[in-house]
Amino acid sequence: MSIANNRLSPLAGILRHAVLLLTGGLILVPFVWMVSLSIKPPGEVFRASLSLWPAQFYGVENYTKALTEAPLLRYMGNGLLVCAAVLVLQIIICAPCAYALAKLRFAGRDLILGMVLIGLLLPHQVLSLPLFVLGYLLGILNSYTALIFPYVVSPFGIFLFRQFFKTIPDDVVHAARLDGLSEFAIVWRIIVPMALPAVIAFSIFSVVAHWNDLFWPLVAVRDQSLMPPPLGIMVFKNEEAGNDYGPLMAAATLVVAPLLIAFLAAQKWFVEGMTGGAVK
Amino acid sequence: MSRPVTLFGWFDAASAASGIAVSRTTSPARRRAFAEAVAAWILAGPAVFLLLGLFLLPVIGVLLIAFTDWQFGAGSFSFVGLANFREVFADHAFRASLLNTVIYVLIVVPGTVAMGLFIALLIESGKSCRAFYRAVHFLPFMATLTAIAIAWEALLHPTIGLVNQTLAAIGLPTSNWLRDENTVLAALAVIGIWQNLGYAMVLFLAGLKSIPQDLYDAADVDGADLWFDRLRTVTLPMLGPVSMFIVVVVTLRALNSFDAVKVLTQGGPGHASEVLLYTLYRESFEYLRTGYAAAIAVVFLSIVVTLTLVQARVMDRKVHYL
Repeated sequence: MSIANNRLSPLAGILRHAVLLLTGGLILVPFVWMVSLSIKPPGEVFRASLSLWPAQFYGVENYTKALTEAPLLRYMGNGLLVCAAVLVLQIIICAPCAYALAKLRFAGRDLILGMVLIGLLLPHQVLSLPLFVLGYLLGILNSYTALIFPYVVSPFGIFLFRQFFKTIPDDVVHAARLDGLSEFAIVWRIIVPMALPAVIAFSIFSVVAHWNDLFWPLVAVRDQSLMPPPLGIMVFKNEEAGNDYGPLMAAATLVVAPLLIAFLAAQKWFVEGMTGGAVK
Repeated sequence: MSRPVTLFGWFDAASAASGIAVSRTTSPARRRAFAEAVAAWILAGPAVFLLLGLFLLPVIGVLLIAFTDWQFGAGSFSFVGLANFREVFADHAFRASLLNTVIYVLIVVPGTVAMGLFIALLIESGKSCRAFYRAVHFLPFMATLTAIAIAWEALLHPTIGLVNQTLAAIGLPTSNWLRDENTVLAALAVIGIWQNLGYAMVLFLAGLKSIPQDLYDAADVDGADLWFDRLRTVTLPMLGPVSMFIVVVVTLRALNSFDAVKVLTQGGPGHASEVLLYTLYRESFEYLRTGYAAAIAVVFLSIVVTLTLVQARVMDRKVHYL
C-alpha cells in the first residue's frame, strides 16, 4: 500500500521503529512525569532526582488529598452534566434542521445554510462578550444554564449532519412517507439511526471540546460548586501556589484520564470525530 | 401518488382540513410543496432562532460595541467611530500581544506541520505497529490542556524540573523557562507543537492514504525504486493541497491558544507571553473595557475569517486532487 510497498529494507525498518519509539517516548514524557509526581511524597518531589518510581509510594495520600481538598469529584460531575446536556440539546436541535436542509425543498433553505456557514466561520471567543451580556440580561450567569446555553446549537453539527443526511437516498424518505410516517418521525426513527456514524463522530467532537474548554467557564461561573474540571483544576493550582505538587498532579491525572482512556478504547472513532469534516 | 408531507402524525388531520379550504384555488402539487415548506421551517425553526440569538446577533453586537464607548454596566453610550481601534493599535500591550501571537504562530505552525508530516511518513513507510504509533502521537491532542499544562510547568521547573536536570546533566545551559521573557514564548510554543502535531499527523495520514497506487506503479516503471525517489516524485507533490489545508487548520488552532497562557504565565513576565485571546479575555472580563475589548475581538475575528476563507478556497481546489 502507498509509499510502503513492502520494500523497506530490514535496516530501514529497524530505523523506522527506533525513530518512532523515540518521538513517541518524548511525546509521553509529560504524561509519565505527571503520573510519577502524583505518587511521590513531597520530600521526593523536591529532591532533584530523575527516578520515575518513588522510594516511598505516596499515591494513596496524594489522590485522597486531591479528592478531598479540592471538590474534584464535583468538578468532574459538573463537566459530565454540562457535556451531556450540551450534546443532547445539540442533537435535538441540529438533526431536524440538518434534515430539512438536506432533504426538503422550501423557500429560505439557502438563507439558513448561509447562517450555518457564517456560524462555522466565527471563533466562539469573539462572541463571549455579547454572550456574557446576554447571560447577564437573562439573569442566568453563574449557573449550569450559563455554561450550557451558548452551545445548544452547533453550526458544525448542522453542517456535518447535513452532509451525511445527503448521502442517504431520497427513496428512503419517500418510502417512509408512503408508510405514513410524519417528517418528525422520519428524522428520529429513520434518518438519525441511519446516520449513527455521523452522530457518534459529532458526539466525540462535542464532548472533547466542552470537557476541555476553559475560556467560557472562566467567563460564565464564579461559584466553585459549578466549575467544570479545567476551571476547577486551575483554581486548585492557584490555591496550592505550586507548593504541593503531589496532590496537584494527582488531580491533573484524574482530569486527563477519562478522555485518554476513552480515546484508547475507541481510537478509530475518536480520530474520525476530532478531524470531523476535515478529512473528507 | 405519494402521501402528503406532514410534520407529526396528527398534522394529517390539520393539513387535510386546511387542504379543503384551499383546494379550490391550488393544485395538490402546490399544496404538497406548501406543506413541505411548513414542515421544513418547523423542523429548522429552533436551530434558526438559536443561530440568530447565539451567533449572528452577538457578532453584530461585537461589531457595534467596537464603535462605541460603552462600558459593561453603564446605562448609556455614544458612538466614537474608530477611536477604539486607534487606541488598540496605539497601545503598547496590544502591539506586544499581536507581535507575540505572530511569533508564536510562526514557531508552532512550521514545527507542527513538519513534525506531523515526518511522523506520518514514518508510520506509513512500514506496515507494523501503525495503530500503536498513531495512538501515541495523537494522545496529547486529547489531553485537557489546562491539566496537562500543570505537568509541563513541573517539567520546566527551574530547579526540580526534568528539562533543566537533563540539560545540566549533559552540560547545556538551563533557564527558568516560564519566568524568563526571552524563553517563555518558545516554551509555550513547544507545548503548542506537542499538543497539535498528532492532529497534523492524522490529517497527513489521511492525505497519504488517498494517493492512488497507480502513481507509485508508474514511478516504479520510470525507475523510482528507492523510497526517497518515490517520496520526492510522488508523495510530496501529491500532498501539496492537503499540506496547504493543514497549514491553515493548524494556524487557526495556534491563534486559538489561551489555556496554557492563562494557567502558566498570565501573559507574563511583563507582556512577554501575552497572546491575542488572552488580551481579549483580560480586557473583556477583568478590566471590563468593553468597547476597547470589542475592537480587539473585531481584529481577531478579521484575522480568523481571512484564514478560514483561504481554507475554504483550498478545500474547493483539494477536491480535484483527492
